[in-house]
Amino acid sequence: MRHIISIVLENEPGALSRVAGLFSARGYNIETLTVAPTEDASLSRMTIVTSGSDDVVEQITKQLNKLVEVVKVVDLSEAAHIERELMLIKVRATGKEREEMKRMSDIFRGRIIDVTESTYTIELTGTGAKLDAFIQAIEPSAILETVRTGASGIARGERILKV
Amino acid sequence: MELTGAEIVVKCLQAEGVEYVFGYPGGAVLFIYDELFKQDKVKHILVRHEQGATHAADGYSRSSDKVGVALVTSGPGVTNAVTGIATAYMDSIPMVIITGQVPTHAIGLDAFQECDTVGITRPCVKHNFLVKDVKDLALTVKKAFYLAKTGRPGPVLVDIPKDVTSAKCPFEYPETVVMRSYNPVVKGHPGQIKKAVQLLAEAKRPMVYTGGGVILSGAAKQLAKLVKMLGFPCTNTLMGLGGYPATDPLFLGMLGMHGTYEANMAMQNCDVLLAVGARFDDRVIGNPQHFAQVQRKIIHIDIDPSSISKRVKVDVPIVGNVSDVLEELMRQLEAAGYKPDQKALSAWWSQIGLWKSKDCLKYDKKSKIIKPQFVLERLYEITRGEAFVTSDVGQHQMWAAQFYKFDKPRRWINSGGLGTMGFGLPAAMGVQFANPGATVACVTGEASIQMCIQELSTCKQYRLPIKIVNLNNKYMGMVRQWQQFFHGNRYSESYMDALPDFVKLAESYGHRGILVENPADVESALREAFKRKDELVFLDFITDQTENVYPMVQGGKGLTEMILAEEL
Repeated sequence: MRHIISIVLENEPGALSRVAGLFSARGYNIETLTVAPTEDASLSRMTIVTSGSDDVVEQITKQLNKLVEVVKVVDLSEAAHIERELMLIKVRATGKEREEMKRMSDIFRGRIIDVTESTYTIELTGTGAKLDAFIQAIEPSAILETVRTGASGIARGERILKV
Repeated sequence: MELTGAEIVVKCLQAEGVEYVFGYPGGAVLFIYDELFKQDKVKHILVRHEQGATHAADGYSRSSDKVGVALVTSGPGVTNAVTGIATAYMDSIPMVIITGQVPTHAIGLDAFQECDTVGITRPCVKHNFLVKDVKDLALTVKKAFYLAKTGRPGPVLVDIPKDVTSAKCPFEYPETVVMRSYNPVVKGHPGQIKKAVQLLAEAKRPMVYTGGGVILSGAAKQLAKLVKMLGFPCTNTLMGLGGYPATDPLFLGMLGMHGTYEANMAMQNCDVLLAVGARFDDRVIGNPQHFAQVQRKIIHIDIDPSSISKRVKVDVPIVGNVSDVLEELMRQLEAAGYKPDQKALSAWWSQIGLWKSKDCLKYDKKSKIIKPQFVLERLYEITRGEAFVTSDVGQHQMWAAQFYKFDKPRRWINSGGLGTMGFGLPAAMGVQFANPGATVACVTGEASIQMCIQELSTCKQYRLPIKIVNLNNKYMGMVRQWQQFFHGNRYSESYMDALPDFVKLAESYGHRGILVENPADVESALREAFKRKDELVFLDFITDQTENVYPMVQGGKGLTEMILAEEL
C-alpha cells in the first residue's frame, strides 16, 4: 500500500544520504522524495512516498526514528491529508496543436510560464494522479521534457508536525 | 587559552576517562599522535593492523562497561577498520572511533590516502561526524561518547581532517549534551508492564529468552532474581550467554541453530514467551513461519523499538532499558501477589526433563583423536569457569558456547551478529587490558586465527598473557560441515593446506607454543599453559577433522527441525 511519510530532521550535511541509505540498505521502496529547509533553517522537512505492507511501513517509521538526525516522523496517510506535486512540462506547440495545448493547460489549471514560437512550458500542480492525467491527456509525441518534484504533504485540519 | 584540535582531542579523551586508545598512526593523525606522546593519562596501544584496533577496543568494551576507543589514519586506516566497526555495530557495542582525514581543502580531490570515511562507514555505525571546524570538535567528541553508550549502544565515528587538528580555538569540554533529535526511552510503559504481569501469571508453559541486551544494560542481577522468582525455564542467545548463570538448574542452555534440544523445544512449545533484550534473529528462531505455527503470547522488552515485531509479531511490546523494565516488572509482580500455577509448571518442567534426557551435546569420549568438545570441557574445568573467553567464528565458537558454562556476564566475548573471523585474538587483547590479571582464553581455529595473527606481535609488546586454544582440524570446520550436509561432501576450498607450524610461529613472536596431539595430553597441556601467568601460550590442538556441531537447525528450517548427532 502507498504511504506518504513526513520527516522533520536536522538540516545538516549528510542527513539526506542517511535517509536514502537506510531505504536502499533495507530494501525499502522510494517512489518520490522531496526535501527543503523549513522556516527554521536548522531543520529540514522531507516527504517520502513509499509503498509496502503494514509491517514494512511500521519498520520504515521505526528505522527512520532511529536515525540520530531525525527529529520527528509521521505517516500522513494514517489520517486526512493534502498532497501536492509540481510539474514543469515542455510541450511542442505548433500549428493547430498550439491552441489545443493552451486549452488543455487551462482545463488542468496549469500556467504557461515560458513561450517560444514552437513550444510552451507549462507549470502544473496537484496530486501525482492529476499530473499523470495531464500527461495521459496530451499527445505523447508533443511532450519534449518533463520535470516533477515528487509529492509534498501536510495534514488536514489543525493537526501539525512541528518541533 | 587556545588549544589545537589535536590537543582538544586528547583533552576530550582524558575528560571522558579513557584509559586506552587502540590505534595505528599515519599521516592524517600525526598531530594527534604528537599530543598523545606529550601526556601519559591516555595510554596508546599500538596494534599491527587497524582491524585489530577496532576489535581490541570492542573486546575492551564488551568485557567492561566502558566505551572502547580506536584511533586510525585516513584512507586505508579507515577501510581496514571497517570490519571491526561493523562487528561492533551488529552486536551494539559502545565504541568511539577517531579517524584522520585529509585536510578540508583537499577533501573531494582524490588526495593521497583520502576516502569518503563518513560515506563508507555510514551503514555500520550508530552515527558518524565529519568535523570541519575546530570550534565544533569538543562538542562533537562529547556527542560521540554520549551516543555510543546511551539508548541501544553502538559505534560512533568522528572523522577529523588534518588541518582541523592543527587549527586553534578556545577549549571547554561540555559537561552535558542535549540533542533534540535523540531521546532514548529508558523506563518501560507501566501499562504495558501490567499486561506482561497478567500474561506471566496465567502462563502454563512459560519460557524466558534473553539476549545481549541483558548484558549491555547490566541487568544480569535483575534477570536472575526475576527468573528465580518465577521459577520459569530460561535460555540465552549466543550474545546473551552469561546473562543468566549457566550452572543454574533453571537454565536450558543456548538456543538457536546450534542450541540445545531442550531450549529449542521449549522455545517452540511455550505458551507465554518473555523475550528480554533479544531480537528473534534468523540464527535464533529459524524460519519465522514455522515458529508462528504454535500459538503463544510474546512479551518483548527491548530498548530499540525497531527490534520489536521485526521478524516475529509480539503481543506486549515494552520499549525501555532492560534493567529498568525488569525492576518495574518485579515490583508489579510482587504487588500483585504473584503465584505461579505450580501444577502446570511442574508438568511443563517434566516435559522439559524428557527433552533434556536426549543429552543432545553428547560426543564420543573414548575417541583416540582429540575431540574439540573434550578440549572445551577441560578448559572450563581447569579455569574453574572463571576465564574471560573470546572466540573467533565457526565450529569452535559454537562448541565454546555449548561447553563453557558462563555464570557471569561479560565473560563470553564473540562476534555474534557479523560473525567476523579474526575477532578472537585482538578482542582478547582488549579484554586483557580491561581486566589486568584476569585469565583470558581465546578459543579459535587454524583458519580464523590466521586472519589477525599479526596481533601476536602486539601481545608480545604489551606482555599480554593470553592463552590461545587453537582447535586445529585443518578445515574451515563450519564450512566443511555445511558442505558435508548440504553440498554432497564436496569440500570446495575448505581444506586449509600449507598450514604454518603454530608452535614455531608463536615462538618466532617470542611466545610459547605447545602442540597437543593425544587426548591424554589435553589436560596436562592446558594446566601447563594456564600455570604461566605472565606468558602468552599458543596451544595447538590437533582435533578430529570429521567432528560436527550438533544439534543443528538448517538455515530456513524450523527451530525444532534439528539434526541430532545420533541421527546420522
